[in-house]
Amino acid sequence: MTMKVDPSVKWSGPTRPYDLIKELAVAVLVIGLLAAGLSFLFSSPDEKAVTLKSWAQTNPVDFAQTATGELAGTTTSASYGPPYNKAASGQHFGILKLQDWSGVRIPINPAKSFVLNPLASYNDVAGQDAVVTWNAATADQQTAWATGYADALGKAKDATAVADPSNLYGPVPTLITSLLNMAKGGALDGSLLTSDSTLPTNFTKPLLFLADSEGYFAAKAEEQHLGGGQWGVMNETGSWPGQSWLWLFSFWYQVDPFKSSDNADTLVMLLMGLFTLLLALVPVLPVIRKIPYKIPIHRLIWKDWYNKKL
Amino acid sequence: MSTSWTTRVRKATLESYKPEDLLPDTQPAYVASWIYIFGVATIAAFVMLIATGLWLTLEGPAWWHGSGVGHFANSMHLWSVELFFVFMVVHLWGKFWMAAWRGRRIATWVSGVVAFMASLVTAFTGYLIQTNFDSQWIATEAKDGFNSIGVGAFFNALNTGQAILLHVALLPLVLGGIVVWHIILIRRKGVVPPIDNDATLEGSK
Repeated sequence: MTMKVDPSVKWSGPTRPYDLIKELAVAVLVIGLLAAGLSFLFSSPDEKAVTLKSWAQTNPVDFAQTATGELAGTTTSASYGPPYNKAASGQHFGILKLQDWSGVRIPINPAKSFVLNPLASYNDVAGQDAVVTWNAATADQQTAWATGYADALGKAKDATAVADPSNLYGPVPTLITSLLNMAKGGALDGSLLTSDSTLPTNFTKPLLFLADSEGYFAAKAEEQHLGGGQWGVMNETGSWPGQSWLWLFSFWYQVDPFKSSDNADTLVMLLMGLFTLLLALVPVLPVIRKIPYKIPIHRLIWKDWYNKKL
Repeated sequence: MSTSWTTRVRKATLESYKPEDLLPDTQPAYVASWIYIFGVATIAAFVMLIATGLWLTLEGPAWWHGSGVGHFANSMHLWSVELFFVFMVVHLWGKFWMAAWRGRRIATWVSGVVAFMASLVTAFTGYLIQTNFDSQWIATEAKDGFNSIGVGAFFNALNTGQAILLHVALLPLVLGGIVVWHIILIRRKGVVPPIDNDATLEGSK
């Protein structure tokens, strides 16, 4: 028979000596040595950041195709919706349209932001003239030019430009060639970084443009097993441990109905929000709160107490 | 009840806690198990995170890419966060199997859950400011999650400057405050005693 214990009453039974400060000091020393040892043995990953310049130089075909897609309005960014633009209403869960309701707070028009505005301020007369021609055309004409050129580039496969003797694509070939040259020289990185502020701390535009690339940015992530279907959110480049504590986030993206849903992000975020709430409410959840009594792991934790050794 | 705000604050803080409860030199005899190590180990890892984080802060976000010492400091920060989460998760599971919310300790449990969530957010912003390919990819992937629930309109994962300020200035303060709240609750109520055989004492009263 063990001693009856009321957990809500302040303990007045037997005690043992305890040195809180010493315990913490020793713990900091031990953990510090452990972290230093792990750092010495395994170091940490540092896969170099990519740029629009490295993209244009490494995979100019993918760059040209993606830039044309920005003009045609077919890229992820061009059809995204809030908070960047009104091209779509975004994801939702039933009548809960949180993405739509948040509004366009970071306005980005990919055709203008990634292609036309940088070229308009770049020292390339042909490119500047092409921008003027593009801006003077109707929206339907612009779409016809850009989609036609996107098809032509797709058929050409490994080409960064397609000849246009019949002027089917208007200024688009010139726009793309000029932008490619601008990117290869590094000027496009600077232009997108400083388009809203002269102090470059906001990488929204270059990263959104890069994220539209499937042949370079996404392909590099797949090589590093960072893809969405590879539990990517919790992984790290190379063989280092990443944010393994996000395993449950990653898990839902690997299974249906989340994997195949157009609203996967909303569903997963709301589900994880619900799980967080349930974790906080464990003490009052009828079945869950009784589990520690049914599976007596506490007998192992407090074995000395239960064996009346204390 | 006094109308003085100062008196009320003093009564709610200084006069509510005995020095020997805040900094005890004895513990109940049942506090004798390997599981208790993980709470203090989590705090020790947090101390290491603050120390190595300050080291990195003093030199700037890109320092560690071109410096051997900087790379070691970054490695220390990385391994400290890995240890921090291992310890914290073991601590959490330990408290679950101890039903540590008993005896009106629900607020202690909830503060621990809040600390866990704040740690997830803090660690995530740290991964955003590595200024390497991993941080670029994480930012572009995570933005869809935040945007999908409307949060992305206010917290822009692609804005490195915002992530740096959150990770270095705001979130450590918030997390540190939550940890202090969690510890004060533990000191106020004492360490939860063993689950007794008396069924009337079970539950979270």
